[in-house]
Amino acid sequence: MKSSVIVFPGSNCDRDVAVALEKFKIKNHMVWHEESILPKSDLVVLPGGFSYGDYLRTGCIASKSKIINEVIKHSKNGGLILGICNGFQILIETGLLPGTLLRNKKLRFISKNVFLKVENVNNVFCKYYKEKNLIELPIAHNEGNYFANKYLIEKLEDLNLIAFKYCDREGKTENNSNPNGSSNNIAGILNENKNILGMMPHPERMIDPYLSGEDGSILFKSLFESLLK
Amino acid sequence: MKINSHIIKQHGIKTNEYKKIVKLIGRDPNMLELGIFSAMWNEHCSYKSSKKYLKTLPTKNDKVIQGPGENAGVIDIEDNDAIVFKIESHNHPSFIEPYQGAATGVGGILRDVFTMGARPIATLNSIHFGDPSHKKTKNLLNGVVSGIGGYGNCMGIPNLGGEVKFNSSYNENILVNAMAVGLVKKNKIFYSKAKGINKSVIYVGSKTGRDGIHGASMASAEFDENAEEKKPTVQVGDPFTEKLLLEACLELMKDDSIISIQDMGAAGLTSSSIEMSSKGNLGIEIDMNKVPCREENMTPYEMMLSESQERMLLILNDGKEESARKIFMRWGLDFSVIGKTTDTKILVLTFNDQVVANLPLSSLSTDAPLYDRKWKKNIELKKIDLPKKFQSENLSKSLKKILLSPNNSEKSWVWEQYDNTVMGDTIQIPGGDAGVVRIHGKNKAIAITVDSSTDYCLADPTSGGKQIVCEAWRNLISVGANPIAITNCLNFGNPEKEKVMGQFVETIDGIKQACQYLNFPVVSGNVSFYNETNNNSISPTPTIGGVGLIKNVNNMMTSNFKEVGNCIFIIGKTLGHLYQSEFFKEVIHFNDGPPPKVNLFNEKNNGYAVLDLISKNLVESVHDVSSGGILLSLVEMCIKGKIGANISMPKTNLNKHEYYFGEDQSRYIIEVKIAHVKKLEKFLAERSIFYEEIGKTQKDEIYMEKELKININELVELNTNWFKKFNT
Repeated sequence: MKSSVIVFPGSNCDRDVAVALEKFKIKNHMVWHEESILPKSDLVVLPGGFSYGDYLRTGCIASKSKIINEVIKHSKNGGLILGICNGFQILIETGLLPGTLLRNKKLRFISKNVFLKVENVNNVFCKYYKEKNLIELPIAHNEGNYFANKYLIEKLEDLNLIAFKYCDREGKTENNSNPNGSSNNIAGILNENKNILGMMPHPERMIDPYLSGEDGSILFKSLFESLLK
Repeated sequence: MKINSHIIKQHGIKTNEYKKIVKLIGRDPNMLELGIFSAMWNEHCSYKSSKKYLKTLPTKNDKVIQGPGENAGVIDIEDNDAIVFKIESHNHPSFIEPYQGAATGVGGILRDVFTMGARPIATLNSIHFGDPSHKKTKNLLNGVVSGIGGYGNCMGIPNLGGEVKFNSSYNENILVNAMAVGLVKKNKIFYSKAKGINKSVIYVGSKTGRDGIHGASMASAEFDENAEEKKPTVQVGDPFTEKLLLEACLELMKDDSIISIQDMGAAGLTSSSIEMSSKGNLGIEIDMNKVPCREENMTPYEMMLSESQERMLLILNDGKEESARKIFMRWGLDFSVIGKTTDTKILVLTFNDQVVANLPLSSLSTDAPLYDRKWKKNIELKKIDLPKKFQSENLSKSLKKILLSPNNSEKSWVWEQYDNTVMGDTIQIPGGDAGVVRIHGKNKAIAITVDSSTDYCLADPTSGGKQIVCEAWRNLISVGANPIAITNCLNFGNPEKEKVMGQFVETIDGIKQACQYLNFPVVSGNVSFYNETNNNSISPTPTIGGVGLIKNVNNMMTSNFKEVGNCIFIIGKTLGHLYQSEFFKEVIHFNDGPPPKVNLFNEKNNGYAVLDLISKNLVESVHDVSSGGILLSLVEMCIKGKIGANISMPKTNLNKHEYYFGEDQSRYIIEVKIAHVKKLEKFLAERSIFYEEIGKTQKDEIYMEKELKININELVELNTNWFKKFNT
């Protein structure tokens, strides 16, 4: 069970996610973006932050990094990839996930805890959300407004590729529980092979019952169990 | 260019000061030298009006590792861990250009902290705006908040809130005070004092541009209607570069390459090079051709006075240049050996092989002017008559008015624009009495608060200064932290006016008294004078940033009511002081009279008693009673816990307005389980602490017979309404 966290200039959740991975017994390597070889990994994580200061377009410059070619190869071979927040934005820019992430509807940064409905539990990331599919995680982003044309949205819905949707505390996914204007309240999506997950919320910030809760732990436990096999 | 009286004036140098320069160096300075004097002798850098009084503040206790005089203060939190912290103002630039002004305020204070080897773990800020109805307020609020967020979020440092206030005295001079807190190993603290001769002086970080030239001088003068024209003196921030600079510096600090390090903040390369060398009693030579420049044909004058951001000056040990260069190159930052230390005690600048400046360092530091400014005692406020008929005000309506007022509104609109949870150790997010972050990987935490109280300080600076230190202390106690030390940001008008200087002198006296009594020393801070426009100065506004230690995170306390059926007690005596209260200001629009007096003896006793109650697990929630009195504090506990309360007034000779809205100091509200009441009463009686029960927690509504009956949801609605409407 090995993971690699890619560190870009401006990444700032790299340490946090490494702490989470290690807490759940996944042996992790930090990999600098200029590397051309990816250490043997079952899972690659693109962490949150402001890679390249969000200049040009969020995730855009990072998607052209040297290591990204290796990350793409890794995905083609069926390796797992998790992109959180800026990592999700990078996945979109590399084309590994479809759609786009626009600025939040109110054009303001949003940092708060949100409720999420886990829409797909039949994947290695979300397996253990079977028992608890209404969860709470923090979001902290400026560009998390998922947008795609209606055919793509329909496809995501039909193929059950939406992993998380923003909802209220009762689990209703309505407009008033949508923090950033995302189409269909989308907070995270999977690729068709379900080996890539991109999500705006931060599971790595919810791994301590004392601090805030453990709804993020479930994702890392699912990953650990899946990687065991 | 020949120096004439016009040029001297433009540099903010007074005639007598110019005479002093000539005397010190034995000739007329050239333009560059005059610029350097202007940068070093202005109020912002030299503290020429304030030094005399700052010296009187207590700066030591057994936890203080470094007091004022360094980039930031340092305190010991045991197990070889230390906390580095400081607060600083960025008022003038933020008024001219709110986004960049506030952003670079955050950037500057973060550099002060990581310069000392600490990784920043939290930021807070105290921001003050004019009247909400003033035409500039909305734009300034939006700009400042997004600037603070824009910089701090990108750096990936959690923001733990602070305070946001409105008062017409800031209509033309807003206040932006930013505080940063970092964590460092006690044996890995870096200082700015240069050591050794012939050591390389190295410039790292961003290139030098033409932004922020004369920024510190601009911040040392008052504004008029042409303030906007000063925009070019505002620095432009790049948080991405600062994040790289942070990582590169911390990487280099892992070994012993660095002899000393100083960030280029106010007055940029000038003040950093002069401070480092004069602290070390050395001289310094800089080749201006080696300074990395962003633009072509920059003159030494521009390079020395630029306040471009994200730059540092290092002095390295012999033979460490190449390994250091590699680190900075990897992070894509400039690295340039620009000079060396000498034993001459002289600053020598060369450009195109010519000496362009040659100044004795003492003339810029120890021999800089110091003033003992005239000041006027504030008129002792006489007890004026209470306004008529305030007793007929309906309690319920009054409460609603206060809840709806801008200053008492819930501020999540602001702090939801700041990343509060990055780094994964935030235990209390903004909105409580103090922010709390756990020390990474350990079972302890630090609590941090930022406080000010404009109206109290205006009405009586001594009392106000004392009160605000106590308020910070109380906020730390309320979350279960042992208060250790403070940093202060002293925002005032023009010190050349006797009235303003009087406010300053008296405020310092108040701060001093409280700090001394509470063993709560000042370890860092800054003074911001000349907060005035067209002769109108702001109300005196000392901002206090307090830090405390929670030895065991399990003993952290919160202010939300926890369960129905618990008893509610008030710790501390209620005397019913209504002058300067929110009730008088917001409900009957009466602004006269003195602020509440602080009894330091009670403050200390009550505080330590509450802290002990928390560690003995005898209380379920704690909230200090501050502006708005018992009733507003109680309502805040209800709102946060989504639990109501049934209250009644204990036996007292006060009327209900005095009891519920009075703003007497040194009080707390606590929630206690019925099973713990006996133990609690015994404990408080043994300590001779005054306490009284005012009711019990209950479901859904706050209730007081014949007076109040409001549902929690309505309270929440009222409390969040104002900000929602102000900023759609």
